[in-house]
Amino acid sequence: MNTHVLEQSDVLKRYSQRWKKQTLQVVVLLAIILLAAWYVNVLNFELLANGLPAIGTLASESFPPDFTNLRDWLSPLLDTLAMSIAGTAIAVMFSVPMAFLAARNTSPHGVVFQLARVVLNALRSVPELIMGIIFVAAVGFGALPGVLALALHSIGMVGKFFAEAIEHVDEAPVEAARAAGASPMQVLYHAILPQVMPQFADVAIYRWEYNFRASTVMGMVGAGGIGFELMGSLRIMQYQEVFAILLVILLMVTLVDALSGVLRKKFK
Amino acid sequence: MTATKTPQSILSIDNLGITYPGGIEALRTTSINFQRGEFNVLLGLSGAGKSSLLRALNHLVKPTSGKVISAEFGVLDNQRTLRRHRRKTAMVFQHHQLILRHSALQNVLMGRLGYHSFLRSLMPMPKIDLELALHCLDRVGLADKAMTRVDQLSGGQQQRVGIARALAQQPTIILADEPVASLDPATSEKVLSQLKHICSEDGITAVVSLHQLEYAKRFADRIIGLANAKVVFDAAPQQLDEKQLALIYHQPAEKNKPAKDSQPKSSSERLPTKTATQLEIA
Repeated sequence: MNTHVLEQSDVLKRYSQRWKKQTLQVVVLLAIILLAAWYVNVLNFELLANGLPAIGTLASESFPPDFTNLRDWLSPLLDTLAMSIAGTAIAVMFSVPMAFLAARNTSPHGVVFQLARVVLNALRSVPELIMGIIFVAAVGFGALPGVLALALHSIGMVGKFFAEAIEHVDEAPVEAARAAGASPMQVLYHAILPQVMPQFADVAIYRWEYNFRASTVMGMVGAGGIGFELMGSLRIMQYQEVFAILLVILLMVTLVDALSGVLRKKFK
Repeated sequence: MTATKTPQSILSIDNLGITYPGGIEALRTTSINFQRGEFNVLLGLSGAGKSSLLRALNHLVKPTSGKVISAEFGVLDNQRTLRRHRRKTAMVFQHHQLILRHSALQNVLMGRLGYHSFLRSLMPMPKIDLELALHCLDRVGLADKAMTRVDQLSGGQQQRVGIARALAQQPTIILADEPVASLDPATSEKVLSQLKHICSEDGITAVVSLHQLEYAKRFADRIIGLANAKVVFDAAPQQLDEKQLALIYHQPAEKNKPAKDSQPKSSSERLPTKTATQLEIA
């Protein structure tokens, strides 16, 4: 390989070929984007222009925000917060063992690995809202179906990210633990887990933040929380109240975001 | 070492051969007896088979033929024997192989894992283990760094934490794979003399791979020279003459060998990597 000497003209030819290839790739990508935009009517400016006044009317009807029922929202807000925390905790609990099965380097067998991946993909591909509807049908209205839906959907993503962290673990301390006579379970717990802890914490906290936002929507299918109030106001077209609730949610999301930022820094 | 002491085997390899997937022969059929309390140096160039031989001694690399026999536990042919053997056979690595975000103490305590069940190891280690770990850190001169994260230590200090971890196993054998290859000369000297001193103090048998002749001559009781996957010299350092050295360091030209500059630098890079496929945890 290193003995092979390239002709200069050969190098130049390859260089220009690469440039042509990259240009072609960009053109193809742009074409796909334009086609998709046209397909979903984004390029239909007439339709867009007709919609503007309606949006304007809605905006004016939502102003000023109406906070008169603020006291009634406190308990649903607490529900939403508790749902997101419990849902995330359950998800993490099940994600850790799933991740070890779904990581190429720690999975006991190729079949188990493939199976675990399929399960994670399946959980990820069913939207939490659909899971919410199913669980509301199964266990009735309230926070519980919301928690279960959030947890189950989260395992799909958290488990996958955990598995990826495990796959990127430094092999050296693992070998050292084996050399010291550690059993396979001890190797997992004492040599692999400490290395992936920061990533695990990072993913879990991010997921909590995401679940808080998601749980505001869960209320819409009757799975408790502030989303339930939001849906109620929307139904009776109380747009000023809708606006107020959205502002409260925004405030909470900002707080959760700030808190998760602080927490993540601690886990470096 | 006193010359009058009768040699007593502690570990031996019998017709051991290692061939990696892809047909790369790392060690041709070899038999060696290691005597109790000796400081053995495996001497040779990168790629000569030192690492493979060393790692076969505790089956981190599975030999393709032959066997490893521990005087205490017998042939390493089952998990139970292997785990007992590994517990008493500590290892020091070229790149220390510590968990960087753990403290020195936590890393040294890893050496105690083999002495506890999985469930026991979920709880804090017993006080006696903590005291032992601190004592080991003290012996390598790092008692004051016990609570410091390992990534904040210097290369020499990290290697000494690696030695402390090995000592925490209360081993009868220490295997050291190029322990000073990544250190500067002054630090190398310090680390090697510390290792030698501790081994002779505790009567630990050492098998250390090195590529520097000077260190081998100074520290070894016995030098095993390797070249092209086989033993080309095996005697006391005093018997190493120019002719023998040529055998170890001057690789005879081989047709199928890749060019020397295309060989990876460190021995651990050369070993077939497992990260991409299966991380061995057993």
